[in-house]
Amino acid sequence: MTLTKLRIKTLILFCGSVLLLSQSMLSSAQVPYERILNAADEPENWLTYNGGYSAQRHSALDQINADNVDNLQLQWTLQNQVFGAWQSNPIIVDGVMYVTERPNSVMAVDAVTGRVFWKYRHTPAENSLVCCGANNRGVAVLGDMVYMGTLDARLVALDRVNGQPLWDVEVGDVNQAYSVTMAPLAVKDKIIVGVGGGEFGIRGYVAAYDALTGEEAWKTYTIPGPGEPNHDSWEGDDWEHGGAPVWITGSFDPELNLTYWGVGNPGPDWNAGQRPGDNLYSDSAIALDADTGELKWYFQFTPNDAYDYDSVQVPVLADIVWRGSPKKIMMWANRNGYFYVLDRVTGEFLEGKPYVTVNWSSGLDENGRPIPTPQPEGMPTFPGNQGGTNWYPPSYSPNTGLFYFSAWKDYATIYRAEESDYVPGRAFLGGGFSVLAPAPGAPTIGIGRTNPINNWTNEVGHASLKAMDPQTGEAVWSYDQFDVSDSGMLTTGSDLLFTGGREGYFHAIDAKNGDLLWNVNLGGQIVMAPVTFMVDGIQYVSVISGHALSTFALRN
Amino acid sequence: MKLLAVKSNYRMFFLLSLSMVSLFASQQSMAQEVGDHQYTTEAIQAGSRVYTQQCALCHGPQGATVDGIDLRRGQFRTATSDDDLRSVIAEGAAEGRMPAFSLSSVELSGVIAFIRAGFDPDGIAVKIGDPVRGKALFEGKGECADCHRVNGVGPRTAPDLSDIGAIRTPASLQRNLLDPATALLPINRPIRIVTRNEETIVGRRLNEDTYTVQVLDSNERLRSLRKSDLVTYEISDAPSKQPTTLSSEEVADVIGYMLTLRGL
Repeated sequence: MTLTKLRIKTLILFCGSVLLLSQSMLSSAQVPYERILNAADEPENWLTYNGGYSAQRHSALDQINADNVDNLQLQWTLQNQVFGAWQSNPIIVDGVMYVTERPNSVMAVDAVTGRVFWKYRHTPAENSLVCCGANNRGVAVLGDMVYMGTLDARLVALDRVNGQPLWDVEVGDVNQAYSVTMAPLAVKDKIIVGVGGGEFGIRGYVAAYDALTGEEAWKTYTIPGPGEPNHDSWEGDDWEHGGAPVWITGSFDPELNLTYWGVGNPGPDWNAGQRPGDNLYSDSAIALDADTGELKWYFQFTPNDAYDYDSVQVPVLADIVWRGSPKKIMMWANRNGYFYVLDRVTGEFLEGKPYVTVNWSSGLDENGRPIPTPQPEGMPTFPGNQGGTNWYPPSYSPNTGLFYFSAWKDYATIYRAEESDYVPGRAFLGGGFSVLAPAPGAPTIGIGRTNPINNWTNEVGHASLKAMDPQTGEAVWSYDQFDVSDSGMLTTGSDLLFTGGREGYFHAIDAKNGDLLWNVNLGGQIVMAPVTFMVDGIQYVSVISGHALSTFALRN
Repeated sequence: MKLLAVKSNYRMFFLLSLSMVSLFASQQSMAQEVGDHQYTTEAIQAGSRVYTQQCALCHGPQGATVDGIDLRRGQFRTATSDDDLRSVIAEGAAEGRMPAFSLSSVELSGVIAFIRAGFDPDGIAVKIGDPVRGKALFEGKGECADCHRVNGVGPRTAPDLSDIGAIRTPASLQRNLLDPATALLPINRPIRIVTRNEETIVGRRLNEDTYTVQVLDSNERLRSLRKSDLVTYEISDAPSKQPTTLSSEEVADVIGYMLTLRGL
């Protein structure tokens, strides 16, 4: 045997063992893919942004129920250290909670006491640019790592035990205002994220990275380039800076091997005339192959959008008998005011109806395409710029068969379109808007209002929690609030619905009929959804309100 | 029905705005007349466009949606001088929550001018009279002081006007006097409540949520009521005051007086 041969043989053996090692690292790790795949079998944990790949935000836990919910008691509170809306969604793995804080910190917290094990801080580049606050909506976990996207469009992998960074890769160019605010989605051996920047003339995409190394595995643009199908839905070079960001975590169907994503608004936001065409795949649901990123189908909710109707809602998946036949459906309460049911195998439109007042469109045709009825200049458009709903995650309960979400009722906006020049890294809006107020000059709804006084009252818009029946596309019941709500939903195996709102009340509602069972005033806006988990046989419910993360359990 | 009322209000406002713009287009801007800061109408209007494009997304159309900051009223976290504003905009602040903007010097000056002009791109759009005569009218013939309190004097039943000149534009003050029905903030609508204990409460709201309402009643008491304890809860669309009967000269004087009320 020559020396060279020996070396090669050693190398092969070495490579083989590295391969085995990395495979065993994944399989012996704390959270192998199989655990996430079967997340519904371990309701004591909350393993993904939306509690599982189907994004139902439904937990089978039922220790807290309608009879004892009155006995909920505060167990601990974790105070945020920074200003601004706290939109993070905690992940809970085996008694440890991972939660992010503005702008880009991650904390590992004892889920029983609220004491912090470690905190990692990423300082985003100074020129990071986001439209609507330095938000971060949480982490993903896979193997022995915790993953966070950053305001300066990076993806960071941390050691789950000590919070040390293991790799840190660029997802997008911060100088062109790319950012990542969503919680990543971990699928098999990849970490998948989308980019924000729809107000800054980016060209959106979804990209997947090797979970162990951070190497890019695939990248799929949400605006097709020259030569690709549907490129002709744009004119000239509009596609190069047409927005279509993806800033909310998608869902995944392992049987179909498809990941689903909601795509945001085209740019410039409010001047649709400046970008003729349907502007695909802005304001669409897209289905991407989990391994390759290949686009399998799309469904566009709002062609040539002039109203900032991002379709960044969570694609909620369910397998149900739909009007007599078994179907794999996707439910979607869209920012444009319509509730949709789609066939998620093909993207076929099954049903769509307005759930609030809609006047930008007079209805949907047989393919689900809206019939446009743009309002005269200066007149109000319903729903307004923040939409009939927005990014806050809904819930679907397999028990009740209902889909729950926060809607904004009686809320309108007056839009103004103007020509905008695209300048890289600068806002690209194409006009502006004002909220329709009952009195001219009245203080109106701000995106991030934190004043405890609601001086614009319900006359400018208010929340309505809606329980939708996907069989009919209509609400079975509604629960109205005086203020608007940016709160997401959580349902449990005991048919409780937990949610909040800007008023700071944390509500437990009967998921079957909308009756209020319990609530407590936590004093700060609830702008995320609650989560539930179990440690040592005790069920907990956590919710972020204002600058505090509060965790409740039943009194002994 | 509520929706229709809202729409018709809006139309009136739209027409009113149009007439004001044509009426006062030739007048000099308020920002040029008052204060230490000298800005041109062109700069303010250019700044208005920059503001809409670059700033309004976070700070809101009225400049008050970021906690602790009210740009229109000149309330900032740290900045005091124009140079402070310039550096905050150009360099960013608050640990990255306010990003740095790469604006040209003309854009930068414009947006500062717009902020200093109280978000009033048309400048002064209303005739402003003599504050001394206006004070006398406010306290006498105009009957304003019958309900409004100023600097610790007068009833509290209507909103305190001690700082009204700092928080309202002249056009808004004029609209309140001439057409209160379209100018009244929803929170200030007169309310009438009957409780389960058969107590009748009239007054105005200070705050409200899904389950409770906070009221300043006609006896100037702060009341917080649970809606589940109420038998009747009426909110009037009509304001408690009628359009003023003062002459246009007198209205100008009252506006002139109110603009001197700048708070502490």
